[in-house]
Amino acid sequence: MGLNANPLLGGDGFITTKLGEFANWARKNSLWPMPFGTACCAIEMMGVFASRFDLSRFGAEVVRFSPRQADLMIVSGTITYKMASVCRKIYDQMPEPKWVIAMGSCTCGGGPFDSYAVVQGIDEFLPVDVYVGGCPPRPEALIDAVMKIQKKIEMQGAPIV
Amino acid sequence: MILDLQSVSDSVDANFPDTILDIKSFRNETTLLIKKEGIREVCRYLKNDLDFKFIVDVTAVDYLGMKTPRFEVIYYLHRFGSEFSENVRIRLKVEVPEVDLRVLSVTPVWTGANWLEREVYDLFGIEFIGHPDLRRILMPEEYDAHPLRKDFDVRDREASKRCFERELKEGEDGAS
Ligand code: SF4
Repeated sequence: MGLNANPLLGGDGFITTKLGEFANWARKNSLWPMPFGTACCAIEMMGVFASRFDLSRFGAEVVRFSPRQADLMIVSGTITYKMASVCRKIYDQMPEPKWVIAMGSCTCGGGPFDSYAVVQGIDEFLPVDVYVGGCPPRPEALIDAVMKIQKKIEMQGAPIV
Repeated sequence: MILDLQSVSDSVDANFPDTILDIKSFRNETTLLIKKEGIREVCRYLKNDLDFKFIVDVTAVDYLGMKTPRFEVIYYLHRFGSEFSENVRIRLKVEVPEVDLRVLSVTPVWTGANWLEREVYDLFGIEFIGHPDLRRILMPEEYDAHPLRKDFDVRDREASKRCFERELKEGEDGAS
């Protein structure tokens, strides 16, 4: 990226950059999360969105309950096999590019529920980008995960079309 | 109106002498052991004549390796009243042998028993005869085990996985 503010060019000048980097810069600062909360972790996720921790400081405040308008899925809570197909369906409905955060021990590996109904980690059926451990994780941990996603977008990016 | 637990159990016993197999009282809890065939009649009597309008819960216990008959279905009934002493809770038990897992449904008596019986059917495999809609309620409909039975391995996820994969596949077929 380069800033050109030569007075001969008039006005405030302009910036030169690559289109891909520009798109990724916009993407990483306006993540629209799709909250998939199924259990206690979802309460902590709400805390992250609310005023005290305020995820909007990172540009991710527009919580979308419609997967069509979201690009970051935050899976927070115990996922049972019965719910897993729903989770997968919602993920499939999100437009590319999209990212997934597995929030809490349950989504990372089943958590305390080593039982017949609970999926032992959502990476069985979803491509997870960031895992957040904890039962539940502190809001700071989820903020950290969002920042890691931002870093990932910055470093790796995603195709523009 | 008869009020205390003692007279409730006396009155049931007097009306259904052959159906009541046993009456236990322990720490103000009364348990009636009822013959399988008579459960609906006793329930109807308790509801209509003794005012037990509320079915609190229907559940079951698997006594595998501890006693026969293997299963017990348990009903908790409650009567509400304006006086403290009119509020009475009673427990009914029905023994269900493994060879014949059928019990008369009490849904015709209390509509509220509908989902409770479906849960017992789902998790123990006990069939309720006369139930209007006996389907699984918690596990997927094609699930082929009864998870609360003692001979079920709680960590066995294979059946759940199969249902999940089938569900995924159906979703794909529907989308395309
Ligand atoms: S990880 Fe802990 S807090 Fe989070 S959903 Fe599972 S049990 Fe609840």
